[in-house]
Parts: sequence; structure tokens; C-alpha cells
Amino acid sequence: MAEVIWTTARLAGLTTVLLLVLATPIAWWLARGQGVAREIVGAVVGLPILLPPTVLGFYLLLALGPDSLLMAPLQALGVRTLAFTFTGLVIGSLVYSLPFAVQPLRNAFLAVGRHNLDAAATLGAHPLTVFGRIALPLAAPGYFVAAILTFAHTVGEFGVVLMIGGGIPGKTEVLSIEIYRLVEALEWRDAHVLAGLLVAFGFAVMLALLMLERRVARTATEDL
Amino acid sequence: MLRGLLALAASLLAPATAGAAEASVAVAANFAEPARIIAERFRARTGHTATLSFGSSGQFYAQIANGAPFQVFLSADAERPQRAEAAGLTVPGTRFTYATGRLVLYSRDGGRVDGRGEVLRKGGFEKLAIADPKTAPYGVAAVETLRKLGLYDRLAPKIVQGASITQAWQFTQTGAAEVGFVALSQAVAGTGGSRWLVPASLHTPIDQQAVLLRTGRSNPAAVAFLQFLKSPEAKAVIRRYGYQVR
Repeated sequence: MAEVIWTTARLAGLTTVLLLVLATPIAWWLARGQGVAREIVGAVVGLPILLPPTVLGFYLLLALGPDSLLMAPLQALGVRTLAFTFTGLVIGSLVYSLPFAVQPLRNAFLAVGRHNLDAAATLGAHPLTVFGRIALPLAAPGYFVAAILTFAHTVGEFGVVLMIGGGIPGKTEVLSIEIYRLVEALEWRDAHVLAGLLVAFGFAVMLALLMLERRVARTATEDL
Repeated sequence: MLRGLLALAASLLAPATAGAAEASVAVAANFAEPARIIAERFRARTGHTATLSFGSSGQFYAQIANGAPFQVFLSADAERPQRAEAAGLTVPGTRFTYATGRLVLYSRDGGRVDGRGEVLRKGGFEKLAIADPKTAPYGVAAVETLRKLGLYDRLAPKIVQGASITQAWQFTQTGAAEVGFVALSQAVAGTGGSRWLVPASLHTPIDQQAVLLRTGRSNPAAVAFLQFLKSPEAKAVIRRYGYQVR
């Protein structure tokens, strides 16, 4: 049981860190203008919210499998498939949780406001300086929200892992799947323990988010 | 065409006319195809309707134990109907084995699996898919087979588990796993590939049992459906899909 929890935490943690990095340029670009291209990219990024995880999982199984064009370069290196590997799960989780990182960051960057950034730029600041010294600190609450949502959402991931995991202990066996297996195997007591843990975790996450929101709102009013 | 439409309209408007009843049947996903055909024939023969729900036996058990409105349970194993019986959820004396599954070692690559399963000894594959032995009788049978062949410890690092036998089939069909222990009922549907029908002596029989649930005690359609499942007509369908019938 401890191993399953550890694998889940490792998966969610790694996904969160990677996704905050990956989502930053996407969210920044999406927040910094308008146009058809941005709408389309925004829609694609948001897709995992409404696609059933089994659809994502099915495509990922094919995309990470031996017939996939995406896998061709890796196959040259001797990797036949990324399905059934921890790496495969991380890739799946990145796709699955992408909108939960991009959306809060995009909103945060939007809230920073054009005039702040334009003012800095007019004063001759380098775009990277503008980003690092002004946008990033102001968007910090957005990063907290994105991190919490991404981590929690990845912990709750089920369909994707079910489709590409293969239930290998210590590598691809995660909490949500383990609960499913326990219910299936009629071991309801253990299922209760793990499910209870997840409920407590979920409650803590929601509480943290609400408190964060309140705090952000308070700072915003204080700034006025 | 018109008559068909009228019949459809009539059936939609009056699902319970003239002695025709309806039964809700929980069917293990691996039995979906034969169950559909059997339900059609059942309707043609008796006028009763069997409404099928497909899912995993374990989930069905959990739902039935918590008052799900099923009247008949076609499980993928014998254990869950037995548990249901012990828990007083069934009509005593109605439980029987409606199909016995056979295990097949399958690969979508022609020629990879030989007729005697020697490929397991020789290796040359990265992943071997099985159904989760914790939840699926086909998974248990696969592990028993490997143990009996004395290969379990050697092959354990190559094993990937599907949550169900359906998933083990998916893993094998997509080539994500080069070989896999699947159900004969699945392999008969697959074209091409290579297979080894695992001798039944290598594992405990994969008995799939059906039972009348307490909720279906006075439902004529439910009672009749289980009766029909034992008929030569239904048995022929079940056999055609790669199951053995006693």
C-alpha cells in the first residue's frame, strides 16, 4: 500500500514540476494577445478537460506503442514502447493535466495587466526581465493554484493509467487503480482505507484552494 | 419498413404488453457478444426482453450488494455468484455454470507463438500481457499455467496486467505487449496472428456462473432467460464463441 502511495505521489509531483515549466510559455503566449491561432491552441490545450480519460488513454496507448510514428526515433534507440513504464505515465499525465496548469497561469498572466508590462517595456526593460521581474512575481498565486490543481488532478487520474499502465508494482500501480482493483477483488476494507485517504486529501486541497483564493482577493483589495 | 417502424413504436410505447416481461441482466464484459445474440434469440422465442448491461463482475457484485436493479447476474467467474448466494442476494438453487472459458497464448504477429507454447521458454519478447490475477479468473489461470510450466519467476518481470481480460486483449492487439494470455472467445474473433490453446490441465477451470437474483424471483423474463441460457440453441452460440459448455 505504501508503495502505491509513493508511486502516485512521485507521478503527481514530477508531473506538477514539469507541467509548471511547460505550461508557462503556453499560458504566457495565450495571455499576451488575441487571434484565431491563440483560440485554436487554447481549445486544443483545453481538450483533456472534456475528453473521457479512456479516450486519451486509448490514443496514448497507440501513440506510445510499437506502431506509432512518434515512437520511431526511440525505437532506433531500442525502446520498443513507452506503455507500461513510469515515463509513459508521466507523458500521459502531462497531457491529461495540461489544462489544469495552463488555465490558472493564463488567468494569472491576464490579471497582471498589459499596462504594467507595457510600462516596463517602455522604460527599456528586456522582455525576459519584464517576465521575470514583474509578470512572474505578480502571477505567483496563479502558480500555487496551478500546482495544487495539477497535483490533485494527477492523483485522481484513473482512465489514462488504466489504459497504459499495466499494473506494474512500483512503476505504474497508482492509488486510483488500486482502489478499483480492491473493490473488484471484493476487498472492501482496504478499498475504504485508500478511498478515505483520497477524500481527506481532496478536502485538504479544496480547503487550501479556497483559502488561497480569499488571501489573493484580500491582497488585491489591500493593493487598492 | 413501415411494419418495422410500427413494431418499434409499439415496443417503445408498450414494453410490457400481453405477458411479455423485461429483465435486467448484468453481463460480464467478456461475454458481451454471445449475450447479445442470445438475448435476441430469447426475445424471438419468448417475447420477453432481456436488457443487458455490460461491466466487470466485481463492480457488478458491488452494485448488486448495494441494491442495483438487476434480476440476473452472468458473472465472469464462479466466486462472485457464490458470494452473492452466501450473502442471500440470490434465489437459492439457481446458480449454474453457463460457460467455461479457455485460455490462449496469443500474439498478433503471425508465427511468434508456436502450437506448443515454446515461445514462453525461448523468450524473444519484452512484455507478456495477462489479466489481473487479483480480479480476473483468466489472470489466475495465466499465473497457474506459468507456475505449472515452471516459468513464472523467469517471466514475472515481463508481465503487464490489464484490469480485465478485455484489457489484456487490447494490450496484445495493439502490440504494446507482443504476447498475452487472452480468452479463446477473444482470439476466435481476431484474424491472423498466432496462438497456442493452453491445455485445460494447466489451470483450474475458468467457470463462468449465472444466478437469479432475489429481485428477479417473480420476474417471468428473468426466470425464462436463465432457462433459455441452458437451451441447446443458446449453448450452440456459447460454443461458437470459444467457450466450453457442459
